[in-house]
Amino acid sequence: MDINDAEQIAAVRGGDAASFEPLVKKYQPRIFATARRYARRESEVEDIVQEVFIKAYQKLASYRGEAPFEHWLMRLAVRTCYDFLRAHQRNREINFSDVTTEETNWLEQFVADPSSRNESAAAAREIVAKVLAKLTPPARLILTLLEIEDRSVKEISRLTGWSVPLVKVRAFRARAEMRKVLEKMIRKGYV
Amino acid sequence: MNTLELQKKLFAAARSTPPRNDVPYAFEKRIMARIAKEALVDVWTLWGRLLWRAAAPCVALMLALTVWAMVSSQSASRNTDNLAVALEDQVMAPLARLEESW
Repeated sequence: MDINDAEQIAAVRGGDAASFEPLVKKYQPRIFATARRYARRESEVEDIVQEVFIKAYQKLASYRGEAPFEHWLMRLAVRTCYDFLRAHQRNREINFSDVTTEETNWLEQFVADPSSRNESAAAAREIVAKVLAKLTPPARLILTLLEIEDRSVKEISRLTGWSVPLVKVRAFRARAEMRKVLEKMIRKGYV
Repeated sequence: MNTLELQKKLFAAARSTPPRNDVPYAFEKRIMARIAKEALVDVWTLWGRLLWRAAAPCVALMLALTVWAMVSSQSASRNTDNLAVALEDQVMAPLARLEESW
């Protein structure tokens, strides 16, 4: 563990709440980036980050210092994001009316020639965001961690608290769920 | 339509650009202010928790005292009867002895 982190954590535990501020300052960019993967509105992102740090402050006594503080904080962040997804899982019915022309063009180009290099990566990213928004919270979390953040199954198991076999099962189901959403999107005539 | 291939391509596009990590100005101050506020609320939470914890022993003590009060009042009334008999025996004892001597 970082010596500075250890000193600051010890000070916070000793009752000096102000020592928590440098920790917030140091890790908040990382937590913001994580939260932005799950929430689109900036106000929601800020709420998630705030909740992560408040939880971290309240649970600091449970941090044993065996792993780096950043890992512990990331675990807290991922679980908070998952709670956020579960709390906002309403309105997931398929409604792709907001697919832009650019996104439709990207999909059309893919259908015409799947091996071609599509130019607009921004359009693809938007499609991913829209498709992920239609998935169940576990499916969205697992695909983000596994396919987009490129994390290993073991790492995901540590972050989420799910067992390795459960992560594998959920990943399999999540991919199938995403393919179903894509098929529905295509069937609805956006390609 | 190869959805598997489409999925792979979409993931590759999403992987290519990580999300922004910029932070709103003085965000850490906002968090520290919130923590300070939470700490104040925490005193009341702690007090509430202590009250809840104290509730069960208080109820148990109340029940024990009720039972003790009922039992002691019964035994007290029994003792009062005994006292009356004992008093009568004491008062009448000389007379009883007189009757016996005659």
